[in-house]
Amino acid sequence: MLNEIVFLLCAAVTLVGAVAAMMMRNLVHCALCAAGAFAGLAAIYLQLDAEFVGFAQVLIYVGAIAILIVFAVLLTRGGDVQPSAATTSPSWWMGLPVGALVVACLIGSIMASPRLLRLPSQNVHAPVKQIGERLMNQFVMPLETVGLLLTAALLGAVVIGLREPRKPESNAP
Amino acid sequence: MAGWFPTSVQPLVSALLAIACIMPLFGLCFALTTIVERKVLGRMQNRFGPNRVGPYGLLQPLADGVKMLTKEDIVPFSADKTLHFLAPLVLTVPVWLAFAVLPIGRNMSAIQLDAGILFFFAVGSASELAVFMAGWSSQNKYSLVGAMRAIAQMISYEVPLVLSVVPVLMLAGSLELNDIVAAQGTYTIGGLACWNVFTPWGFAGLMLFLIAATAESNRSPFDLPEGESEIIAGFLTEYSGFKYALFFLGEYLGLFAVTGLAVTLFLGGWHAPFQWLEWVPSWLWFAGKFGALIFLFIWVRATLPRLRLDQLLNYAWRFLVPLCLINLLVAAVWYWSGTWKSPVAVPVRWLVCAALIALPYHGLARILRGALPPPRKYSYAE
Repeated sequence: MLNEIVFLLCAAVTLVGAVAAMMMRNLVHCALCAAGAFAGLAAIYLQLDAEFVGFAQVLIYVGAIAILIVFAVLLTRGGDVQPSAATTSPSWWMGLPVGALVVACLIGSIMASPRLLRLPSQNVHAPVKQIGERLMNQFVMPLETVGLLLTAALLGAVVIGLREPRKPESNAP
Repeated sequence: MAGWFPTSVQPLVSALLAIACIMPLFGLCFALTTIVERKVLGRMQNRFGPNRVGPYGLLQPLADGVKMLTKEDIVPFSADKTLHFLAPLVLTVPVWLAFAVLPIGRNMSAIQLDAGILFFFAVGSASELAVFMAGWSSQNKYSLVGAMRAIAQMISYEVPLVLSVVPVLMLAGSLELNDIVAAQGTYTIGGLACWNVFTPWGFAGLMLFLIAATAESNRSPFDLPEGESEIIAGFLTEYSGFKYALFFLGEYLGLFAVTGLAVTLFLGGWHAPFQWLEWVPSWLWFAGKFGALIFLFIWVRATLPRLRLDQLLNYAWRFLVPLCLINLLVAAVWYWSGTWKSPVAVPVRWLVCAALIALPYHGLARILRGALPPPRKYSYAE
């Protein structure tokens, strides 16, 4: 009973945050709502006893990704409000088939999943130590590959960021 | 105690009891630190400090609290009202959570989490968003500049803060703070404790951690976000009354949390420095080390002038982060050399590890001094 109430609350926070992130007019509000949705998702992970994933979700998404989005918004458009502009583009119906396709894919894979058989849960508790051992033994190749990819992306970002546009010499004091 | 309540409400009661202990304890600690800080700063700057309220000015925090509570709460006309209201709450509420995993004495941590240290850093990550909300919603240039400075600083210094903790986790083999304390609970010959700070990597780690912690909690010499001589009060400019007090409470609580973590990770937690002193209550040892570190922070604040923003970021990325990575290597060597079976093993191990951290420190400092950027040219201020 209590579990269901907590789950419904977390789900409501996540969904309301996600919808608000799409609907708000002010980009900074959108970014903060997205952060709220990330936090709600972390709460759902924690309710599922996935401590590590839940804390990592907060640390990375709320702590880093949300800040990154905020920075991007401020540095590009200044987060200004345009009250006259509509939130939907005139060709919004073009997105319908894509959305329908995504939903169909999700529903298809969810229905095909063995989880739906509602097996009695075996109380799988994964201590952090076990996760670490798995990551360092069984999954060390994917981990290293992801690390290499991220390092390459980081270096690329630095190279792009280094190229400063040459400003014309001004005589202003 | 366990028999007083039915089994169904026992978890709730124990959680409430922990909250009822932690909140007044660190709240009082906040009040005490404000008066001690002002007194010590006054002493170091050769003046009296507060001395009007109560004996020796000891009731000053009370007067401050009454003043803050009764002040008018001003919200700027063009401010984003909701965010302006939410920002102090988002800053202060998560910080309280961090104390839940700190072992402040033998068997004295509110919750035992498998990934305790991850929890600690996760709840701390909300403060960046809160500072941004405060700065942006105020609709004030100085507030926004302060917030951007704060975020740049917090993101940069979070990297060395987390990296300097990793060696401790490696050597203890656990993310649980109680296990880390237990790993430092043995004594060597002469009864001296085996704290992490008494090893080369531990000493370097503590120094790196304290520097990063000073920057994370926006304290002098890293107080650029509030640099009052440049940008009024940064993201606090448009706050008054109780909201302003809440920001200060949040900042001091954040400082207490990282100080407590430093004590736990490097200074042996609640263990006594000598075996024959174990009879002293464990929480007293924690409080003593905690107080000593807080005094160190106050001392640093009274001593060092404020950095410039480019110095601040260069210091983090070019100096602290490489040293943290090297320290990781030193910890690995220390761990691997622990199995050496030779009469000269101990001194050689110490020498190698100390040299591995001291030489890069010296070399990096020399290289960076040679590679200083040319004097900055100001476009508008000449």
